[in-house]
Amino acid sequence: MRKRSLGLWLAAAAGYAFLYLPLVIVVVYSFNDSRLNAEWVGFTLDWYYKLLHNEEMLAAAGNSLLIALVASLVSTALGTMAGVAMHRYRLRLLPVLVLTPIAIPEILLGVALLIFFVLLNITLGLVSVALAHIAFCVGFVAIVVRSRLAGMDDSLTEAARDCGATPAAAFRYVTLPLIMPGVIAGALMAFTLSIDDFVITFFTAGAGTVTLPLQIYSMIKIAVTPEVNAVSTLLMLLTLALIIIASRLAPSLLGTQEEKP
Amino acid sequence: MAARRSGRLGKWLVSGPPLLYLLVFFAVPTLIMALASFRTPGEFGGLAPLVDEVGALDLNVDSYARLIAEPVYAQVFLKSVWYALVTTLACLALAYPLAALIARSTKKYRNLLLLLVILPFWSNFLIRIYAWMIILGPQAALARSVNGILATFGMEPVSLLFSSFAVLVCLVYVHLPFMVLPLYANLEKHDQALLDAAQDLGASAWQRFWRITFPLSLPGVYAGAALVFIPALGMFAIPDILGGPDDSLIGNVIKQQFLEARDWPFGSVLSIVLTVAALLLAGLAAWVGRGNLGTPSSARDARA
Repeated sequence: MRKRSLGLWLAAAAGYAFLYLPLVIVVVYSFNDSRLNAEWVGFTLDWYYKLLHNEEMLAAAGNSLLIALVASLVSTALGTMAGVAMHRYRLRLLPVLVLTPIAIPEILLGVALLIFFVLLNITLGLVSVALAHIAFCVGFVAIVVRSRLAGMDDSLTEAARDCGATPAAAFRYVTLPLIMPGVIAGALMAFTLSIDDFVITFFTAGAGTVTLPLQIYSMIKIAVTPEVNAVSTLLMLLTLALIIIASRLAPSLLGTQEEKP
Repeated sequence: MAARRSGRLGKWLVSGPPLLYLLVFFAVPTLIMALASFRTPGEFGGLAPLVDEVGALDLNVDSYARLIAEPVYAQVFLKSVWYALVTTLACLALAYPLAALIARSTKKYRNLLLLLVILPFWSNFLIRIYAWMIILGPQAALARSVNGILATFGMEPVSLLFSSFAVLVCLVYVHLPFMVLPLYANLEKHDQALLDAAQDLGASAWQRFWRITFPLSLPGVYAGAALVFIPALGMFAIPDILGGPDDSLIGNVIKQQFLEARDWPFGSVLSIVLTVAALLLAGLAAWVGRGNLGTPSSARDARA
């Protein structure tokens, strides 16, 4: 038994190394006092300093935050509704519309929305990107909220109704507080998906609007510079924080189901 | 009566807004794209007018005919399928030990090990591509040692970056978590008693794996394969950033049709074919996996 486990351990350790080494290298070289991402020269915070004075990068980060804020708020409202509706009623069309955008190749939604916006004369920019992000975030929020509802006791809402609460009051004072962790987790997830999205943003942003991923894309298309490492490290920290908070609220989010007592 | 009417009202109040949003910003754009595939490209990009000066309706299958007539596009599709297939198999090989280890570990470590597989997936997609630009770069240690070895054999130095190797490594890297998760979910449910029984009957470690564990894990393998294959098939950023001139995949051609050639109808045709291919394969994986759900009967088949 032990002997067999050793080989497994080694293979799995190699797998984890494969997953983490590239990210560690990005972080380590963000503190490296050399323009080349090739070997360690010495410690510096210059790249972070340069980053804070890079107007383009700051503008891109501002756009990304604004879009992510709007997209996560709207998609959380719509996604919570969709999750509740899918849990409570037998629906045909809504589950298909909620789940298909997640299942198809991302590029399809990107080009379909590009055609749609241009034909409707909607200027490509912050608004079109936010509308596109909402479209793919709704499904993720709906899934998280529905799984929260599935693990919940429906009789609580029914009891509130029996005691004379209107459907709206029962939802507001009983259901919503109970599913709140799922709603917040969904919102954080939507925020992360929006701030990280590249493919759909690429097609719907137009020429004038730059988000953080688009800025990173244009920088690495030209050259590898440690400034990209620095912005990557900051973005990774932000995502990590959001996801850890979200997974505390909804353990199913990370596939790590909470053990039932 | 009143209760039922208010129930129906509630149903529409709750499901109406998301339904409306997704109809407008997902279903309608997809249908418009499907229609655009039967139109003629406009002179300056976009689409030609639906009804022209002489009143003829602009609907044709020219772009579909072009897809069949010019073999270069079929070749790009085949190449994309090949890259996605190699990616899927490599992910399977790497994911299996990871999933097996997580499934076997005690509850205390299981969630942590699983979390460690999923976390990289939540870091930005471009950052993960960029990391490989650094690792495979010409001045990095890897390229220098590879070329050092090649030089001792008197061979020309090679470029690791901007090659199909770089594209495949990165494709495997970004998709690996999608293979580990369904595999783990499956392996975790396996009954240790089956393996113990096989061992008692004299089966070697290899026999136990190949004739019990692997057949039982097939539903997880199919699910993981679908989760890896579909996004890998439509990928454009990885070949765009890490690939050489010969590594253009179908996603790159679609991007080029929309943003450079500005031929919407043909770009739409390619997107539709890609999506149909992806959905067919996902359906196939679900269908093949259905017959083998890891039930006790299939365990018996595996032992037979």
